[in-house]
Amino acid sequence: MSKKPKVQLWYKNILDEKTPKKPILSNCIKAFVFGGLLCVVLQLVQNLLVGYLAFDQKEAASVSLVLLIAATALLTGLGHYDKLAQIVGAGLAVPITGFANSVASALIEYRSEGYVLGSGCNSFKLAGAVVVFGVVSAFFVALISLLLGVV
Amino acid sequence: MPQLLMVFVVGGVICLIGQLMFDIWNLTPAHTMCVLVVAGAVLGGLGIYPLLVDWAGAGASLPISSFGNSLVESALSGARENGFWGIFNNLLKTTSAGISAAIIWGFIAALFFKPKS
Repeated sequence: MSKKPKVQLWYKNILDEKTPKKPILSNCIKAFVFGGLLCVVLQLVQNLLVGYLAFDQKEAASVSLVLLIAATALLTGLGHYDKLAQIVGAGLAVPITGFANSVASALIEYRSEGYVLGSGCNSFKLAGAVVVFGVVSAFFVALISLLLGVV
Repeated sequence: MPQLLMVFVVGGVICLIGQLMFDIWNLTPAHTMCVLVVAGAVLGGLGIYPLLVDWAGAGASLPISSFGNSLVESALSGARENGFWGIFNNLLKTTSAGISAAIIWGFIAALFFKPKS
Protein backbone atom coordinates (compact mmCIF):
# COMPACT_ATOMS: atom_id res chain seq x y z
CA MET A 1 0.00 0.00 0.00
CA SER A 2 3.02 2.26 0.36
CA LYS A 3 3.36 2.97 -3.34
CA LYS A 4 0.78 5.22 -4.92
CA PRO A 5 -0.54 4.18 -8.31
CA LYS A 6 0.98 6.14 -11.18
CA VAL A 7 -2.32 7.67 -12.18
CA GLN A 8 -2.72 9.23 -8.74
CA LEU A 9 0.74 10.78 -8.87
CA TRP A 10 0.11 12.08 -12.35
CA TYR A 11 -3.19 13.55 -11.20
CA LYS A 12 -1.58 15.10 -8.12
CA ASN A 13 1.03 16.82 -10.27
CA ILE A 14 -1.62 18.35 -12.49
CA LEU A 15 -3.64 19.37 -9.45
CA ASP A 16 -0.62 21.07 -7.86
CA GLU A 17 0.12 22.85 -11.10
CA LYS A 18 -3.39 24.09 -11.77
CA THR A 19 -4.40 25.07 -8.23
CA PRO A 20 -4.01 28.83 -7.93
CA LYS A 21 -1.23 29.80 -5.53
CA LYS A 22 -2.51 31.31 -2.30
CA PRO A 23 -1.52 34.94 -1.90
CA ILE A 24 0.02 34.15 1.48
CA LEU A 25 1.83 37.46 1.96
CA SER A 26 -1.17 39.66 1.25
CA ASN A 27 -3.42 37.39 3.33
CA CYS A 28 -1.01 37.78 6.24
CA ILE A 29 -0.84 41.56 5.91
CA LYS A 30 -4.64 41.81 5.82
CA ALA A 31 -5.02 39.54 8.85
CA PHE A 32 -2.36 41.45 10.79
CA VAL A 33 -3.72 44.92 10.03
CA PHE A 34 -7.40 44.12 10.47
CA GLY A 35 -6.89 41.97 13.58
CA GLY A 36 -4.71 44.66 15.12
CA LEU A 37 -7.19 47.43 14.31
CA LEU A 38 -10.08 45.44 15.78
CA CYS A 39 -8.12 45.08 19.02
CA VAL A 40 -7.37 48.83 19.03
CA VAL A 41 -11.08 49.66 18.55
CA LEU A 42 -12.02 47.36 21.43
CA GLN A 43 -9.31 48.93 23.61
CA LEU A 44 -10.68 52.42 22.82
CA VAL A 45 -14.20 51.28 23.76
CA GLN A 46 -12.82 49.93 27.05
CA ASN A 47 -10.99 53.19 27.69
CA LEU A 48 -14.23 55.12 27.11
CA LEU A 49 -16.17 52.81 29.44
CA VAL A 50 -13.54 53.26 32.15
CA GLY A 51 -13.05 56.99 31.59
CA TYR A 52 -16.60 58.23 31.11
CA LEU A 53 -18.98 55.62 32.50
CA ALA A 54 -16.95 54.72 35.61
CA PHE A 55 -16.65 50.99 34.87
CA ASP A 56 -13.70 49.21 36.46
CA GLN A 57 -11.16 47.58 34.13
CA LYS A 58 -12.52 44.01 34.46
CA GLU A 59 -16.15 45.05 33.91
CA ALA A 60 -15.19 47.21 30.94
CA ALA A 61 -13.37 44.26 29.36
CA SER A 62 -16.42 41.98 29.57
CA VAL A 63 -18.96 44.68 28.61
CA SER A 64 -16.94 45.57 25.50
CA LEU A 65 -16.75 41.87 24.53
CA VAL A 66 -20.52 41.48 24.93
CA LEU A 67 -21.06 44.54 22.70
CA LEU A 68 -18.63 43.23 20.06
CA ILE A 69 -20.37 39.83 20.07
CA ALA A 70 -23.73 41.58 19.60
CA ALA A 71 -22.30 43.45 16.61
CA THR A 72 -20.97 40.15 15.21
CA ALA A 73 -24.39 38.49 15.54
CA LEU A 74 -26.02 41.46 13.81
CA LEU A 75 -23.52 41.48 10.92
CA THR A 76 -23.85 37.70 10.59
CA GLY A 77 -27.62 38.02 10.33
CA LEU A 78 -27.35 40.77 7.73
CA GLY A 79 -24.89 38.66 5.71
CA HIS A 80 -22.05 41.20 5.83
CA TYR A 81 -19.82 39.15 8.11
CA ASP A 82 -19.05 36.46 5.54
CA LYS A 83 -17.99 38.98 2.92
CA LEU A 84 -15.66 40.73 5.32
CA ALA A 85 -14.29 37.42 6.64
CA GLN A 86 -13.39 36.34 3.11
CA ILE A 87 -11.20 39.41 2.76
CA VAL A 88 -9.47 39.53 6.14
CA GLY A 89 -9.39 35.79 6.96
CA ALA A 90 -7.83 35.19 10.34
CA GLY A 91 -8.20 38.89 11.19
CA LEU A 92 -11.82 38.07 12.02
CA ALA A 93 -11.58 34.34 12.70
CA VAL A 94 -8.97 34.48 15.47
CA PRO A 95 -10.57 37.19 17.64
CA ILE A 96 -13.67 36.27 19.68
CA THR A 97 -15.73 37.40 16.65
CA GLY A 98 -14.91 34.07 14.96
CA PHE A 99 -16.35 32.18 17.93
CA ALA A 100 -19.44 34.41 18.06
CA ASN A 101 -19.98 34.11 14.31
CA SER A 102 -19.81 30.32 14.37
CA VAL A 103 -22.55 30.19 17.00
CA ALA A 104 -24.74 32.87 15.41
CA SER A 105 -24.46 31.54 11.86
CA ALA A 106 -25.29 27.98 12.97
CA LEU A 107 -28.31 29.24 14.94
CA ILE A 108 -29.54 31.17 11.89
CA GLU A 109 -28.70 28.64 9.15
CA TYR A 110 -30.23 25.59 10.82
CA ARG A 111 -33.45 27.39 11.72
CA SER A 112 -35.17 25.73 8.76
CA GLU A 113 -34.77 22.38 10.54
CA GLY A 114 -36.55 23.72 13.60
CA TYR A 115 -35.50 25.71 16.64
CA VAL A 116 -34.68 22.67 18.78
CA LEU A 117 -33.36 20.03 16.38
CA GLY A 118 -31.90 22.55 13.94
CA SER A 119 -30.68 25.68 15.71
CA GLY A 120 -30.32 24.22 19.18
CA CYS A 121 -28.57 20.98 18.28
CA ASN A 122 -26.18 22.52 15.76
CA SER A 123 -25.33 25.80 17.50
CA PHE A 124 -22.02 24.58 18.94
CA LYS A 125 -20.86 22.58 15.96
CA LEU A 126 -17.61 24.56 15.61
CA ALA A 127 -17.57 26.47 18.88
CA GLY A 128 -18.03 23.19 20.77
CA ALA A 129 -14.53 22.13 19.75
CA VAL A 130 -13.13 25.34 21.21
CA VAL A 131 -15.07 24.94 24.45
CA VAL A 132 -14.14 21.25 24.87
CA PHE A 133 -10.43 21.72 24.20
CA GLY A 134 -10.33 24.90 26.27
CA VAL A 135 -12.01 23.31 29.28
CA VAL A 136 -9.98 20.09 29.13
CA SER A 137 -6.64 21.87 28.73
CA ALA A 138 -7.50 24.38 31.48
CA PHE A 139 -8.46 21.50 33.78
CA PHE A 140 -5.13 19.76 33.26
CA VAL A 141 -3.12 22.96 33.58
CA ALA A 142 -4.88 23.69 36.89
CA LEU A 143 -4.46 20.09 38.06
CA ILE A 144 -0.73 20.10 37.30
CA SER A 145 -0.32 23.45 39.08
CA LEU A 146 -2.18 22.00 42.06
CA LEU A 147 0.03 18.89 42.14
CA LEU A 148 3.18 20.98 41.84
CA GLY A 149 1.88 23.24 44.61
CA VAL A 150 2.23 26.43 42.58
CA VAL A 151 -1.41 27.58 42.75
CA MET B 1 -3.69 51.81 30.31
CA PRO B 2 -1.88 49.85 27.63
CA GLN B 3 -0.49 51.83 24.74
CA LEU B 4 -2.49 51.49 21.56
CA LEU B 5 0.58 50.58 19.50
CA MET B 6 1.19 47.57 21.76
CA VAL B 7 -2.49 46.60 21.44
CA PHE B 8 -2.25 46.79 17.65
CA VAL B 9 1.00 44.82 17.34
CA VAL B 10 0.14 42.02 19.77
CA GLY B 11 -3.41 41.59 18.44
CA GLY B 12 -2.14 41.70 14.86
CA VAL B 13 0.61 39.17 15.47
CA ILE B 14 -1.79 36.64 17.03
CA CYS B 15 -4.09 37.00 13.99
CA LEU B 16 -1.06 36.66 11.73
CA ILE B 17 -0.14 33.37 13.43
CA GLY B 18 -3.71 32.18 12.80
CA GLN B 19 -3.47 33.15 9.13
CA LEU B 20 -0.17 31.23 8.78
CA MET B 21 -1.88 28.16 10.25
CA PHE B 22 -4.65 28.51 7.63
CA ASP B 23 -2.36 29.08 4.67
CA ILE B 24 0.84 27.19 5.35
CA TRP B 25 -0.27 24.21 7.44
CA ASN B 26 -3.72 24.11 5.79
CA LEU B 27 -5.48 23.80 9.15
CA THR B 28 -9.25 24.25 9.29
CA PRO B 29 -10.63 27.19 11.32
CA ALA B 30 -11.72 24.72 14.02
CA HIS B 31 -8.19 23.27 14.34
CA THR B 32 -6.63 26.73 14.35
CA MET B 33 -8.95 27.96 17.09
CA CYS B 34 -8.34 24.84 19.19
CA VAL B 35 -4.57 25.15 18.87
CA LEU B 36 -4.72 28.82 19.90
CA VAL B 37 -6.99 28.07 22.87
CA VAL B 38 -4.74 25.27 24.13
CA ALA B 39 -1.68 27.51 23.62
CA GLY B 40 -3.43 30.26 25.60
CA ALA B 41 -4.21 27.81 28.40
CA VAL B 42 -0.61 26.60 28.60
CA LEU B 43 0.82 30.14 28.50
CA GLY B 44 -1.75 31.09 31.16
CA GLY B 45 -0.57 28.26 33.38
CA LEU B 46 3.03 29.40 32.96
CA GLY B 47 2.00 32.93 33.94
CA ILE B 48 3.05 34.41 30.60
CA TYR B 49 -0.36 35.22 29.13
CA PRO B 50 -1.52 37.36 32.10
CA LEU B 51 1.60 39.49 31.61
CA LEU B 52 0.69 39.88 27.95
CA VAL B 53 -2.83 41.01 28.92
CA ASP B 54 -1.42 43.61 31.36
CA TRP B 55 0.90 44.78 28.67
CA ALA B 56 -1.28 44.79 25.56
CA GLY B 57 -4.86 44.94 26.91
CA ALA B 58 -7.41 44.13 24.23
CA GLY B 59 -4.59 43.05 21.91
CA ALA B 60 -4.18 39.96 24.09
CA SER B 61 -7.72 39.63 25.48
CA LEU B 62 -9.65 39.73 22.19
CA PRO B 63 -7.98 36.81 20.31
CA ILE B 64 -9.43 33.40 21.12
CA SER B 65 -6.20 32.38 22.90
CA SER B 66 -7.37 34.53 25.81
CA PHE B 67 -10.31 32.13 26.16
CA GLY B 68 -7.83 29.44 27.23
CA ASN B 69 -6.06 31.86 29.52
CA SER B 70 -9.30 32.99 31.22
CA LEU B 71 -10.35 29.37 31.74
CA VAL B 72 -7.03 28.61 33.44
CA GLU B 73 -7.18 31.80 35.49
CA SER B 74 -10.58 30.93 36.95
CA ALA B 75 -9.68 27.23 37.33
CA LEU B 76 -6.63 28.26 39.35
CA SER B 77 -8.66 30.64 41.51
CA GLY B 78 -11.03 27.74 42.23
CA ALA B 79 -8.11 25.48 43.06
CA ARG B 80 -6.76 28.13 45.44
CA GLU B 81 -10.08 28.33 47.31
CA ASN B 82 -11.27 24.72 47.39
CA GLY B 83 -8.50 22.52 45.99
CA PHE B 84 -9.36 19.86 43.40
CA TRP B 85 -13.15 20.30 43.52
CA GLY B 86 -12.79 24.06 43.28
CA ILE B 87 -11.48 23.65 39.72
CA PHE B 88 -14.90 22.36 38.66
CA ASN B 89 -16.77 25.14 40.46
CA ASN B 90 -14.89 28.04 38.94
CA LEU B 91 -13.58 26.90 35.56
CA LEU B 92 -16.13 28.67 33.35
CA LYS B 93 -16.59 31.75 35.54
CA THR B 94 -14.70 34.44 33.61
CA THR B 95 -15.59 33.15 30.16
CA SER B 96 -19.30 33.15 31.00
CA ALA B 97 -19.75 36.61 29.47
CA GLY B 98 -18.38 35.54 26.10
CA ILE B 99 -20.22 32.22 25.87
CA SER B 100 -23.53 33.64 27.15
CA ALA B 101 -23.34 36.62 24.82
CA ALA B 102 -22.61 34.38 21.81
CA ILE B 103 -25.64 32.20 22.62
CA ILE B 104 -28.05 34.99 23.55
CA TRP B 105 -27.28 37.44 20.72
CA GLY B 106 -27.03 34.55 18.26
CA PHE B 107 -30.44 33.25 19.29
CA ILE B 108 -32.02 36.69 19.02
CA ALA B 109 -30.43 37.08 15.56
CA ALA B 110 -31.90 33.70 14.56
CA LEU B 111 -35.37 34.94 15.54
CA PHE B 112 -35.09 37.97 13.27
CA PHE B 113 -33.00 36.89 10.28
CA LYS B 114 -33.81 34.28 7.67
CA PRO B 115 -31.04 31.94 6.51
CA LYS B 116 -29.26 33.04 3.32
CA SER B 117 -29.53 30.42 0.61
